[in-house]
Amino acid sequence: MKEAIAGTLESGDIMISIGPGKGLEVELQSSVEAQFGRQIRQLITETLEGLGVKDASVKAIDKGALDCTIRARVTAAAVRATGKDVWKD
Amino acid sequence: MMFVPGNNPGMMADAHIYGPDSIMLDLEDSVTMAEKDAARLLVHNALKSIDYGTTEMVVRINPLNTPYGKKDVEAVVKAGVDVIRMPKTETADEVRELEAEILKVEEEIGAVGRTQIMAAIESALGIVNAYAIATASKRMMGIALGAEDYSANLKTNRTPGGAELLLAREQIVVAARAAGIACFDTVYSNLDDMETFRKEVELIKTLGFDGKSIINPRQIEVVNEVFTPTEKEINKARAVVTAIKEAQAKGSGVIAVNGKMVDRPVVLRAERTIALAVAAGVISEEEAL
Repeated sequence: MKEAIAGTLESGDIMISIGPGKGLEVELQSSVEAQFGRQIRQLITETLEGLGVKDASVKAIDKGALDCTIRARVTAAAVRATGKDVWKD
Repeated sequence: MMFVPGNNPGMMADAHIYGPDSIMLDLEDSVTMAEKDAARLLVHNALKSIDYGTTEMVVRINPLNTPYGKKDVEAVVKAGVDVIRMPKTETADEVRELEAEILKVEEEIGAVGRTQIMAAIESALGIVNAYAIATASKRMMGIALGAEDYSANLKTNRTPGGAELLLAREQIVVAARAAGIACFDTVYSNLDDMETFRKEVELIKTLGFDGKSIINPRQIEVVNEVFTPTEKEINKARAVVTAIKEAQAKGSGVIAVNGKMVDRPVVLRAERTIALAVAAGVISEEEAL
């Protein structure tokens, strides 16, 4: 796995930086941390597990992203880091 | 049909709140090459998760002859998109190639026949082949003009009056009507000139288009105002439809309303006026009967 980034710091988005790690470590910055921090961390972890990524260090800066955006950005970062695409061609 | 960049999650989440008839999430020109992969994932996940209600969801994919096109098809068909908009369509064969790609994915997920196709025509060759494109597949729901590329291809510029687009617009309407599908006009990108925008919408309505592509929610109101029949038009249409129903009950095909002869084309126009009024929400379906 190499270092990779996906997403932006615009409102409604989330920026995910991913790199080599041991186990899944998630560091989160979010304006809704108190309310949704646990849920966002869990979604990031679940998405990575679903892609077969077991070891990675993740830094997430959330700007109020919806769950579908978080899933998309985590997947994009993981695909860029591992080189394994989720689509066929 | 409101265009929304496919790599902007904030705009994608809010787009339907403004009430466009359809939303086109764009994976093509508004997304840089470096972000094609991320935008594809964003659009896939948005289509699967966001409740867009009754808004028709369209995705403009990248051309199939790029490294992105086939992956775009897989991603959006698996997410259940209503319509795939194919950019820069020039021949019927290109439509059939897209149809085959869609079918492959639909067979894999057990949803054969679900996805419709809209072809954007953006070149002189595409305009010459408009009818062949419009009839290339049973999945074709409409054809649309992409004026920026078309004007460049013609070696001319866009003007406020749109003289350079006249033949293309008429060709698209005629091809769509001959094929029995819908037709949509191009975008107008100067948001500060609503007066010229309104004139353009009035022009394309007169030419026979079913709708206009827009790039900003501010443009929705103008399009709806121009396309929504006035109370006078609705009342006239109702009088025609009521009179023809009464005449048919008596076994007569030709009638007069307010001293003017009413035959089949007049009735068809009246029915379209009422259908537009229902679609715009000015009258209910019950009131239309």
